[in-house]
Amino acid sequence: MSEQGIREEVEQAEQQTFRNGQKDAVPVGLGYFAVSFALGIAMRNVGLTAFQGFIISLLNNASAGEFAGITMIAANASLIETALMVLAANARYFLMSTAFSQKFDEKTPMIHRCIIGFVLTDELFALGIRTKGSLKPEYYYGMMSVAMPGWAFGTMFGVIFGSLLPARIVSALSVALFAMFLAVIIPTARTNRVILITVMLGFVFSFLSTIVPVIRDLSEGVRMIGLTILIAAGAAFLAPVKGETE
Amino acid sequence: MSHTVLQIIVMTLVTYAVRVIPLTLFRKHIKNRWIRSFLYYVPYVSLAVMTFPAMIYATNSLYSGILAFVVGLALTWNNASLPKTAVACCLVVLISEFFLI
Repeated sequence: MSEQGIREEVEQAEQQTFRNGQKDAVPVGLGYFAVSFALGIAMRNVGLTAFQGFIISLLNNASAGEFAGITMIAANASLIETALMVLAANARYFLMSTAFSQKFDEKTPMIHRCIIGFVLTDELFALGIRTKGSLKPEYYYGMMSVAMPGWAFGTMFGVIFGSLLPARIVSALSVALFAMFLAVIIPTARTNRVILITVMLGFVFSFLSTIVPVIRDLSEGVRMIGLTILIAAGAAFLAPVKGETE
Repeated sequence: MSHTVLQIIVMTLVTYAVRVIPLTLFRKHIKNRWIRSFLYYVPYVSLAVMTFPAMIYATNSLYSGILAFVVGLALTWNNASLPKTAVACCLVVLISEFFLI
């Protein structure tokens, strides 16, 4: 095959990968729209404009982190306080990013890591980690092209239209993202006993951490990181994986 | 520049730093077996911890949330696709809340 023919074929494959990413991220985009709509309502309540809301969501792509941020904006907090609160709310991404770094082919150019790091959300992380083999940047960009507008415009419309969306619809949409998480972890848990056990322990301990005194008073971010490290470390100690992991 | 704008810039920088530093720092595949195992389990555990009990508290009625969680578990255990599961769980909440609320 001629060199040009090969190049065209590679390009076609990349476009297909991009489109697959877009397709897989449609529920994410819709879920984001609903969640960020609620975030927009919160922003409206602290006096942010639709444009500010749009920019915050476009640049941050983080629900808990943005919420922490607007709480600090409402409190007119210092920049240091703002940074610390946002750091606490987003600290789990440190762990996720470390895990995700191993999903890349070692030869992937740095620029891809820098762009993908900008939108490493829980949901896109979940979809990205689910793909076979190394992560294809085109796949991630496909997901971003659907998820990011959902998030940013959802926030903007939330600020503008306030509580126009019926409460029933908001309530129904609020489980979409969690349903997605289940779709990522449960099929693997079914075929891998260790993962099944870690997932069940995750459910149980996470529930307990919301009712046990002292622990329940910790921030959600801290509880989540603590539990994740505890359970994943225990599993790695008791059941280390053999050979190459995907 | 207003204080609010500065706060927005700080938010953005902190959020990006947390996400991009590990991603760009650990470029080589980690060889240590324990660390590899740990990182292999992290996604599943962190997603599990995030899903429950948050999912059952996300809706307007605790019962519709529990119902959505159970339906989601049942569907995904039987390998239902991701979009199908998401739509089914939303419908379960929407329909059940007509009776619950």
